[in-house]
Amino acid sequence: MADLCAVVGVGQTKHASCRADVSIAGLVREAVDRALADANIGIDDVDAIVIGKAPDPLEGVAMPELWLADALAAHGKPVFRVHTAGSVGGSTAIVAAQHVMAGIHGTVLTVGFEKQSDGNAMWALSVPIPFGMPVHAGAGGYFSPIVRGYIKRSGAPSHIGAMVAVKDRTNACKNPYAHLHEPDWTLEKALESPMMWDPIRFVETCPSSDGAMALVIMSEERADKHAGPKAWVHATAMRSEPTAFAGREQVSPRAGEMCAEDLWRKGGITNPAKEIDVAEIYVPFAWFEPMWLENLGFAPRNEGWRWVEDGVTDIGGSLPINPSGGVMSTNPIGASGMLRFGEAAMQVMGKAGEHQIDGARKAVGHAYGGGSQFFAMWLVSSSKP
Amino acid sequence: MSEADGIMRLRQPISVTYNWSAGPNATSHLNGLLDGTLVGKRCPGCSLVYFPPRNGVCPKCARILGDDVVVGPRGTITTFCVVNVPFLGQKIKLPYVAAQILLDGADISMQHLIQECEAADVRIGMRVEPVWKDRSEWGPSLENIAHFRPTGEPDRDMGVEAGAS
Repeated sequence: MADLCAVVGVGQTKHASCRADVSIAGLVREAVDRALADANIGIDDVDAIVIGKAPDPLEGVAMPELWLADALAAHGKPVFRVHTAGSVGGSTAIVAAQHVMAGIHGTVLTVGFEKQSDGNAMWALSVPIPFGMPVHAGAGGYFSPIVRGYIKRSGAPSHIGAMVAVKDRTNACKNPYAHLHEPDWTLEKALESPMMWDPIRFVETCPSSDGAMALVIMSEERADKHAGPKAWVHATAMRSEPTAFAGREQVSPRAGEMCAEDLWRKGGITNPAKEIDVAEIYVPFAWFEPMWLENLGFAPRNEGWRWVEDGVTDIGGSLPINPSGGVMSTNPIGASGMLRFGEAAMQVMGKAGEHQIDGARKAVGHAYGGGSQFFAMWLVSSSKP
Repeated sequence: MSEADGIMRLRQPISVTYNWSAGPNATSHLNGLLDGTLVGKRCPGCSLVYFPPRNGVCPKCARILGDDVVVGPRGTITTFCVVNVPFLGQKIKLPYVAAQILLDGADISMQHLIQECEAADVRIGMRVEPVWKDRSEWGPSLENIAHFRPTGEPDRDMGVEAGAS
């Protein structure tokens, strides 16, 4: 059996469309310094470092794990780099946790980052490939037909995406680190937002952000002696599947369902919607909130959109989703998954400030990446299992 | 803080041309395109037909793909996107419809352009056919097909296949 571990420190940057005031190394260090300060430890107390980011063409820097080793004070320590596309922030945190759970290291620092203003993500995600017709148009062009499939199969009304967008943008105003602070959105105004990748409106897309998130994870032995709140890791799960295969269920990928089933089983959760207090899930396009509610097993199939419409996922609802404002308000791709994992930890540590869900004891962090093919999830709690 | 505060940002272009080794499985597909024929591959395990045969491996059962199978040229739209957003490297006039097309005889859809009808008239289940470029412009590429256009046949009921790959 794996050992227990806990998050004892969380630190993130102020996210923005362009952090021209720092280099990539400076961006990463900002999050790392805040996580170490939050954990009340120094870099010398860290045994190993696990770093993750999305594809290297986003900034044009190959092997940033080598380049950033000095900024991470990794002299004489193991450094690992993880990559699973957009889910990388989640899988990186899981790799870090597993180093501790395996009993190999007592204190692991993990960080996810992206400095999208240094490159062009639309270009990096639309590189011509030998087998394709160059009609793809970035991530939105890829995911919009899948959203269309969800709308057709579920019978969801067309305003659901806009409702999610308004909720997340409103939530982000309670999060000082969020990239977008746009308090004036209303559903009426959101519905007038132009169609970018029909059926996806401009307001229903995530921004492109510079940012980083870092976590300090400790073994049970060390965490027990550590003062301050902790987020105990009750379960982690990862699954993947190929991007394209005949008959693939694209709207609700089987790998996502399997990942969630594994998470609930390991975490002893039999009724997710009832037992989970808050979830930070990876929603880069607003329609993915109802889609993932179903994929995760929170809502019945084709019913996720009704939960959105009924306010279930609002901060005051019975299952608040993305009280931080989520990916819809902040998307430094390589950090976005770790932001979900870290925000979930902050909720059960009682450190979420204005977007704190009162009495949150069990929270889920979720990330997905590639063509909805990599899934990473964790379940954290204010108390040990 | 920003560049206005004296923090320098440098423009650093990088570029490289890669060679891509097609392998024997993809080569028959690419040779087919040079000849105006749409060639996929059948998996000897699950019998499903892949077009294009990409890595030459069945993504479901991980077997090496087997016999060549000619598919299409007509097909059915399984889902689509109306693209209104300009981006770097884009070659097509906006707005355009990028559709997933399930070619007749294939078991997986491929993405291509829909033209010769209004974007608003494109539907899931719509039957389409390829319009090839002049043969003088052909290469080993799906770009030999300028676009797909509606055939006028009745729509196919896609049911649960709507939105599927």
